[in-house]
Amino acid sequence: MGISSGSFFLQNLFNAIMLGGLYALIAVGYTMVYGILRLINFAHGDIMMMGVYFAFYAATILSLSSIPAAIVAVLGAAGLGFLIDRIAYKPLRNAPRISALITAIAMSFFLESFAVVVFGAVPKSFLSVFKDRSILNKVLTVGGAKIPLLTFLVIILTAAIFAVLFWIVYRTKIGMAMRAISMDIPTTSLMGINVDMVIGFTFALGSALAAASGIMWAMRYPNVFPYMGFMPGLKAFIAAVVGGIGSIPGAIVGGLVLGAVEIFAVSYFPDLSGYRDAFSFIILIAILLIKPSGILGKKAIEKV
Amino acid sequence: MMEKKLKTSTKVWLTIIFILIMGFLLWIANRTFDDYKLRVLRLIAIYGIMAVSLNLINGITGVFSLGHAGFILIGAYTAALLTLTPEQKAMSFLFGIQPWIEKIHADFFTATIAGGVMAALFAFLIGWPVLKLRGDYLAIASLGFAEVVRIWANNALTITNGPLGLKALQEYSNIWWVYGWLLFTVVFISSLVYSSYGRALKAIREDEIAARSMGINVFKHQLLAFVVGAFFAGVSGSLYAHWLTTIDPRITTMGPMFTFYILIMIVLGGLGSISGSLIGAAIFAILFEWLRNLEQPFTFFGIQVPGIPGMRILVISVLFILVMIFWQRGIMGREELTWENLYKWFSRLKREGEKS
Repeated sequence: MGISSGSFFLQNLFNAIMLGGLYALIAVGYTMVYGILRLINFAHGDIMMMGVYFAFYAATILSLSSIPAAIVAVLGAAGLGFLIDRIAYKPLRNAPRISALITAIAMSFFLESFAVVVFGAVPKSFLSVFKDRSILNKVLTVGGAKIPLLTFLVIILTAAIFAVLFWIVYRTKIGMAMRAISMDIPTTSLMGINVDMVIGFTFALGSALAAASGIMWAMRYPNVFPYMGFMPGLKAFIAAVVGGIGSIPGAIVGGLVLGAVEIFAVSYFPDLSGYRDAFSFIILIAILLIKPSGILGKKAIEKV
Repeated sequence: MMEKKLKTSTKVWLTIIFILIMGFLLWIANRTFDDYKLRVLRLIAIYGIMAVSLNLINGITGVFSLGHAGFILIGAYTAALLTLTPEQKAMSFLFGIQPWIEKIHADFFTATIAGGVMAALFAFLIGWPVLKLRGDYLAIASLGFAEVVRIWANNALTITNGPLGLKALQEYSNIWWVYGWLLFTVVFISSLVYSSYGRALKAIREDEIAARSMGINVFKHQLLAFVVGAFFAGVSGSLYAHWLTTIDPRITTMGPMFTFYILIMIVLGGLGSISGSLIGAAIFAILFEWLRNLEQPFTFFGIQVPGIPGMRILVISVLFILVMIFWQRGIMGREELTWENLYKWFSRLKREGEKS
């Protein structure tokens, strides 16, 4: 298959959409928390990692089949996100923002070392979760390009999760409360909304999405280790910034941009493949210099 | 009662005597300590340089940079490539080597300066785009810079030897080099902090817009602090490489984790306090070594506990979170251990003693 052929392009396009969707799912958690608290939840990528381990152990130790294991893992990650907010971030709501950021770094550090101690530093294969692996190896042919069935499944699932997310944020009461506190916390609390509960819910929701993304990530790249969440987490944050932090559609756009750049750059310039992790940081610096509010973000004016 | 002020000449004499006493104590330690204790003692000084230089950027200027590991890595590689002899380099580079890198050679002092200058040069170049950013964005962009440097070191086989790293460095970082550099770092950075530049840096930290309206060139001052901090990070990188005798670009050794360690030191000591950074570095180095015991099998109230790998990092991270939640100002806060402050505390203690 030639590098200029249409099927090669198509194959990469599907990979890019899949990877971009996975980034976007993690990015939503960053963007929602940042929109409300102006806090980079550094531990978000590590919550994704914990979610993958939850799924792994639910399937291997509790011997659940893959779908219940995934549900258990997503719920577990949601609980973990809620707990982290309560224990580490809530006491610092009125502290300087830099203190909250350092605490988030400490939390990320804690989750990683916890995973090293409890789960072990040796990478585990996520494939052992599946009893029936035939589905992983199926390949579909679309317009001459061979696309693994898994890629389609991941894209469809990601889209479905986003549909649910939009329903929660724009059609339910709790979603309305989330949007309200992202605009003005003191006023919202005067309207009789339990702000801490809503922030906790935001953390739980973001963590659940990160875990879902992590599980799909591990199906595609089945290597589970304690630092697996670090890079995807950073890149997802960059996706959130590129799309416009605080905006959920922005997170999707940013994720897709990042996924596309990474996949296409590596497949059309194979020499650069070692630098794949560097692209996103270059994009970050570029976008912050050109349009600091991101592609879909609103321009914020600093009041003195 | 009026607080009595110390005369400047008294303070200078006290400082000189203090440095001489410390030098004497180091001389004794150098003769009596075993190898392991001496290694930890030297590590304290290296961590001290790292902490003081990061504190200049993060604590005193308020530019929240997470790129320190990148500067340390640049300094470490620059110096290590200079001190290795051409024969050693030819032997360890399995994928070939750039001819000019093979030829260059320098003594340890020149190599360390070169490491610092190289790191400062990178800080100058990266500072132009990065310092235009604010707060959290700057943190992420600088973290990204450090990662890009690490990824580059992992890929540029003919310059850095890639994932194999550089091995068999001479253990040049003896106690006099590391404590000499530490003394220079502390004197240089505290003179900077107590000059008009330092007051401008603190003004920027407190309120950037107010500082700007007072006519302070914010970007220029931040860049100055960033470059000076990076220079000493590069120097510490060289000392660290020649303490460890081997460097490689793994994520766990030279990655973001390393920056986080230094961050723990300065937060524990008090963001914005130079003496706090030194205390934080000493506590971290000793605690981190002592916690090694947790990773070996030990007996706890008669129960045999097997060693758990990674346990010491877990303990450190829990400590880090507890400090952040309950003790944000750290040991020193923004205070310094100056003769003036010691005198004040001492006379207060004495007065309270007389009252009771």
